[in-house]
Amino acid sequence: MNETLLQVSALTKHFPILAGFFSRPVAWVKAVDNVNFEVHRGETLGIVGESGCGKTTLVNVLLNLMKPTAGKVIFDSIDLYSCSKKELRELRQHLQIVFQDPFWSLNPRWLVKDIVAEPLNVHLKLKPDETIKRVEELLDMVGLPKDAVFKSPHEFSGGQRQRIAIARALALNPKLLVLDEPTSAIDIFSQAQILELLKDLKERLNLTYILISHDLSVVHHMSDKIMVMYLGEVVEYGAADDIFNRPAHPYTKALLNAIPDINTESLDEINELKGNVPSAVNPPAGCRFNTRCSEVMDFCAGKKPLASDIGSGHTASCHLL
Amino acid sequence: MKNYFEIENLKVDYKTYEGEKNVLDLEHFVLEKGKTFGLVGESGAGKSVLAQTILGILSRPPGIIKSGKILFDGEDLLSKSEKELRRIRGKRISMIFQDPMSTLNPVFTVGTQITRVIRQNQGVNKKEAFKRAVEKIELVKISDAADIMEAYPHELSGGQRQRIIIAIALSCDAELLIADEPTRNLDVTIQAGILKLIAKLQKELNVSVLFIANNLGLASATCDHLAMLHEGKIIEKGTTKEVLHNPRHPYTKAFIEAIPKDKNHKIHLEQIAKNNGTSLNSAGCPNINLCLETEEKCQEHIPMLKQFQGTHWVACHRVQENKEVNL
Repeated sequence: MNETLLQVSALTKHFPILAGFFSRPVAWVKAVDNVNFEVHRGETLGIVGESGCGKTTLVNVLLNLMKPTAGKVIFDSIDLYSCSKKELRELRQHLQIVFQDPFWSLNPRWLVKDIVAEPLNVHLKLKPDETIKRVEELLDMVGLPKDAVFKSPHEFSGGQRQRIAIARALALNPKLLVLDEPTSAIDIFSQAQILELLKDLKERLNLTYILISHDLSVVHHMSDKIMVMYLGEVVEYGAADDIFNRPAHPYTKALLNAIPDINTESLDEINELKGNVPSAVNPPAGCRFNTRCSEVMDFCAGKKPLASDIGSGHTASCHLL
Repeated sequence: MKNYFEIENLKVDYKTYEGEKNVLDLEHFVLEKGKTFGLVGESGAGKSVLAQTILGILSRPPGIIKSGKILFDGEDLLSKSEKELRRIRGKRISMIFQDPMSTLNPVFTVGTQITRVIRQNQGVNKKEAFKRAVEKIELVKISDAADIMEAYPHELSGGQRQRIIIAIALSCDAELLIADEPTRNLDVTIQAGILKLIAKLQKELNVSVLFIANNLGLASATCDHLAMLHEGKIIEKGTTKEVLHNPRHPYTKAFIEAIPKDKNHKIHLEQIAKNNGTSLNSAGCPNINLCLETEEKCQEHIPMLKQFQGTHWVACHRVQENKEVNL
């Protein structure tokens, strides 16, 4: 249980802004900046943050869909960026992803059997009847009927499509499944079903999840650990209950304070965060949150806060602590 | 006292290959002046069809308005001609659309788009319209209004765009505002600001708001009254407190149950899973699969919306017989 499956150290991804005749970089978008964390086997790590905070870039880099600017990712004791092509191909079987919008992530011209069987065809080269058997098994696992095999994606609702995407991601028995906003495009009842399905699959198949979402209630429902990101940096990390019950960073507090639930009786009980997310090209000096922080002090803009441990692995980067 | 905004027996059908499907069947509801009325339901419940019907922008075909009245300030909107409607739309009834990314036209500046609405509805000259547009932009708390007037939509952030859409919706001092999931594509950190802005303007200008939501938390924070919409019918309505803190209808109960809570909470899905009855006008209660105990009646008749207590109305046979509904 406590074995480390994924270890990320000093991961950085900067995108160049090219300009001029020779397309020279004139500036850099600091999408992910010096991110460190680890995920243990069997754990769910929830990543939250506003749009533009680097969640999706982080995932793309983690899955080696993009090369990082700097940093190291060790997955199952193999370095993801310095391993050979053959090793990487092997590794990819164990790193799978479920994308945000099932209306875009499934090829509308393919049958469900082709969609779900694609990873099998690429990696395992099974015989046709074995492939079909495996596809049926996978569809059963995600709660779709057998006759779904010969249907096209358009015959399914959003929730069912997301099940197809999950079946595809599970085809190769991955160790780590990345869920990039898995329920943001579907209805509340489908969402409830997908979340419970994911929880159930995790138990049965001994999976590890990285869940990205902007919906804090979804993250709270699913995660063991939570990582809060702001402008490409991790501002707070800790056990889910610690983050929700004892948030330490002003940004986390602001996030939690902004969502109404069914016990919220008036708008006075929730608060917005003032201002917009600053540009990631020129992030504010010092603490990146200092331009919007309600508890900002004089030296916040001058000095960068380091992550400090406030008990049982709960860390936050703020001068207040 | 005359009701400010009232819907009576409104029935809207959609033509499909399998026959006409009823998408909206509202017996009666009233929106009081200056209040916020929330409509909550899944996608496909008919929320947006209602908004479109009120504004007279429902595409027909496939939509067919079968019967009913939409009374606005004593006049029936459904009997108005297109020309008369054009004087009401934008000027007296206005709408905030849900997607700030696609509502604004990308090839015109924000200023052009706001002044166009103002000139169309208020018949003022360019200079005056520009002045009023700047005022409206300042009203929605965007500081450098003059610069924003020159900006194209892609130069603005999501929150700013949504504010501009609100500014356009309010640019002609509408009395009734239809807000169709106004914060759907926005970050939670901006959401509260937008909702507060709508509430503040509502108070200042005494606007009534029809708030369409698919999130009970938002509805809870903003609405005075709430109606749960399922397959085109209101199945429970009352004050926000009554509906959310003392839900009676099985569908409302299931809707609240389906909200994810914390790690130790398991959503009970057995019933929810069965609730996918998209039936073409079948008899019986459409929510029958949600209930543990059912009556013969539930199989045969669709329950009507009846008064439960005071302002709390529920469409369920068992509730109407004072029996408990269990999921």
